[in-house]
Amino acid sequence: MALELTAAERDVLSGGGGVAAAMAMRILVEAASMMGASKLVEITSAHIDGCLYHGDGGVEFAEALVAGEGRVAVPTTLNVGALDLLHPDRVRGGEHHTRMARRQMDAYRRLGCEPTWTCAPYQAGHRPGVGEQVAWGESNAVAFANSVLGARTERYGDFLDACCALTARAPLAGLHTDAARRATVVVDATGVPASLKDRDVFYPVLGTWLGLELGRDVCVIAGIPPDVDEDSLKALGAAAASTGAVALFHVAGVTPEAPTVEAALGYTVPERTVVATAGRLLGALARLSTAPEGAAEIDAVAVGSPHFSIEEFSRLLGLLDGRRVRVPFFACTGRHVVAELEASGALATLEGAGVEIVADTCVVVAPILPSAGGVLMTCSGKFAHYGPANTGHEVVFGSLEDCVESAVAGRVRRDPEIWSW
Amino acid sequence: MVTGRVLVDGEAVGPLLCLRAPISLWGGVDPRTGRVSDPRHPDNGRSVAGTVLAIPGAVGSSSSSAVMLELIRNAVAPAAVLLDRSDAILALGVVVARELGHPTVPVVELSLERIRGVPQGTTLKVVAGGRISWPEADDIHLGATR
Repeated sequence: MALELTAAERDVLSGGGGVAAAMAMRILVEAASMMGASKLVEITSAHIDGCLYHGDGGVEFAEALVAGEGRVAVPTTLNVGALDLLHPDRVRGGEHHTRMARRQMDAYRRLGCEPTWTCAPYQAGHRPGVGEQVAWGESNAVAFANSVLGARTERYGDFLDACCALTARAPLAGLHTDAARRATVVVDATGVPASLKDRDVFYPVLGTWLGLELGRDVCVIAGIPPDVDEDSLKALGAAAASTGAVALFHVAGVTPEAPTVEAALGYTVPERTVVATAGRLLGALARLSTAPEGAAEIDAVAVGSPHFSIEEFSRLLGLLDGRRVRVPFFACTGRHVVAELEASGALATLEGAGVEIVADTCVVVAPILPSAGGVLMTCSGKFAHYGPANTGHEVVFGSLEDCVESAVAGRVRRDPEIWSW
Repeated sequence: MVTGRVLVDGEAVGPLLCLRAPISLWGGVDPRTGRVSDPRHPDNGRSVAGTVLAIPGAVGSSSSSAVMLELIRNAVAPAAVLLDRSDAILALGVVVARELGHPTVPVVELSLERIRGVPQGTTLKVVAGGRISWPEADDIHLGATR
């Protein structure tokens, strides 16, 4: 299927919108052909993941767009960078890392993006509506925008997110279209004990299993409580988008395109049904920890992937209950949350308890952890997944309660009762 | 010989490395060395540099395009990539590399069923149009004595 462009799009391609817009359109057109799109679709917003420094190529790309006088054509938020601009000493990269990471972040700002520096832009006020066509990068943000908000985006990688933002276009393919958004797999979670489904720790584990089980298939999950909170869905999506390529999941009775299981399936027969059994979930739970069974020592605790919300900080404060942590405890979040914490006085309380706030970035994308190795405890499925490769730490996964109790005790404390089935 | 769908056209030769599990290049391959760096991946420690890399599924991070670009810039990229299912994220890193004037890497969408039985390390040749060929078993044998 050949890609058809409008007259305006052809004009941008031939340089009518400037050098950078033409480069963005060339890359977009190539991507659209790969994705099998027959045309482009106009978008209303973008979220760019490409501001994180992985090497000098990313800087080269962003600065090429700036040199070509590029400017985003739709409201665009930015994902994390590789520096904590609020706490410059937090990231202990070398001189080259610091300089290049800064240049990359600056370049995206000069393209007209909003310096939000968060992987949870949807909790920083960027919330497109149901059916809205957008182009988002960052795998967890993609899953959240599609699933929880009902907006429409494909999984846009670094560079393509920026090309969409500069041209206000995305390939009309995949999850931008009705057909691809229909669930083909039913996930039956009705047999999971209600007491477990009330715990936040259940959701990243469910997501970890789903990512492995689904790959990139679209599912509808049955049996999730209708009052499940947004942070739980955020954790589910982030984990499923780490172990798999899940970009859209429906939750029957909860998410906008799934009033019922049947509606999410488009009133067709599912290709398969998978059951969330104790064995499968306990298998996913076990996979999240890489430290030897019974490991007692921990070197650090990290929470906040995706970035911690104000509600999650409230829970953290409640669990700390005035106690002080005995191992380094990092809570990663966006500057939108830091400002709220500061205004309410909670920031001082957290810092007094020994919690180190990481803003604009996080511990698996930047060198922040105090040692190059050791054991990291976390309640984030995404940290647990990427931690070993990116930080060199072994991981112990537990609930937020487990993380707090362990940090206060200075040793691993996990409540196995949560998982008795 | 088999023919796949071209995502990025080009020519390359290299030994086949068929990964045994899906991978996220970000968090899965070290962009400086080209080695698989995910301790949970069955091919952890292997180098993808210079190989015809067959990937049974691209998963995970949307930063995988950036890792592909870095692999190319650092001259530790695969010679070619065969993707079981089309993935624009991975291929886009190659498109951007070319746009910035760096070497290109052919990327072909191909059901890996079609190269099942081809031993790891067999020299695969990728030519324009997504055609992939390799010496048949007899040729490999003859090649040793010729």
